[in-house]
Amino acid sequence: MGHATELGHVRGLGSAKSGSHHWMMQRVTAIANLVLMTWLVTSLVTSDFSSLDALKMWLSKPAAAVPLALLCVSVFTHIRLGLTVLVEDYCHGEAGKLAGLLAITFFTWGGMAFALFSIAALAFGGSANGGH
Amino acid sequence: MAAESQRPLSPHLQVYKWSPAMLVSILHRATGDGLAIVGALVFLWWLGAGASGAEAYAAFIDHAGAWYGQVVLIGLTWAFFQHGASGLRHLLLDTGAGYELNTNRTWAMVVAAAPVILTAAVWLFIYYKGL
Repeated sequence: MGHATELGHVRGLGSAKSGSHHWMMQRVTAIANLVLMTWLVTSLVTSDFSSLDALKMWLSKPAAAVPLALLCVSVFTHIRLGLTVLVEDYCHGEAGKLAGLLAITFFTWGGMAFALFSIAALAFGGSANGGH
Repeated sequence: MAAESQRPLSPHLQVYKWSPAMLVSILHRATGDGLAIVGALVFLWWLGAGASGAEAYAAFIDHAGAWYGQVVLIGLTWAFFQHGASGLRHLLLDTGAGYELNTNRTWAMVVAAAPVILTAAVWLFIYYKGL
């Protein structure tokens, strides 16, 4: 195994093993997002959620809370995969790349958890200020 | 890495004439990242404000309905349609279809134009209905 060039460092090691999984998950979540986001945009445009009561009423039904929760899982997974490619393409320093990938991991898992908890709180009628 | 090496670089964007496919390609990345950051933060603010109570939710609705909020929401609507349309194009290209020059060019132009029309239609509907 040669060490004179970058190619020499990796030749013979095979693939990193996770590339096709990333590629496939990006497409699986893309198709789920197309369905779920079309539903969400249609719901937002055709309904009036300017009052909190209307939002809670909507999310108290499983037909709204469940697809919105699934949307959070699919969309935040898709965001993590997409932003990862962005960092891998444009961050060439190891330190910057590592920091970027960590930030994306924390933002997307944190965002998903925050959204899922908020949906549950709205669906089950609770609120930090006592609710209605 | 590339930054330290003195090896010749391949020709980059500036030497090529822009084509619809190039425009749609970079728009796919730009709108995807815009949705991933701005879109996700607005979405989290919306749900988090709702879960935090009536005051926080009213503050979100005030900002979302203000002129700058509407600008952001119109931009996100366009980004959604653009990323969705160019994403559908990518799913079709993944099957090996649509690489003939004229077909590829035609659909790239459709994918660039349709989101603008769809965004206009959605917001005309919203304004017609009343905010």
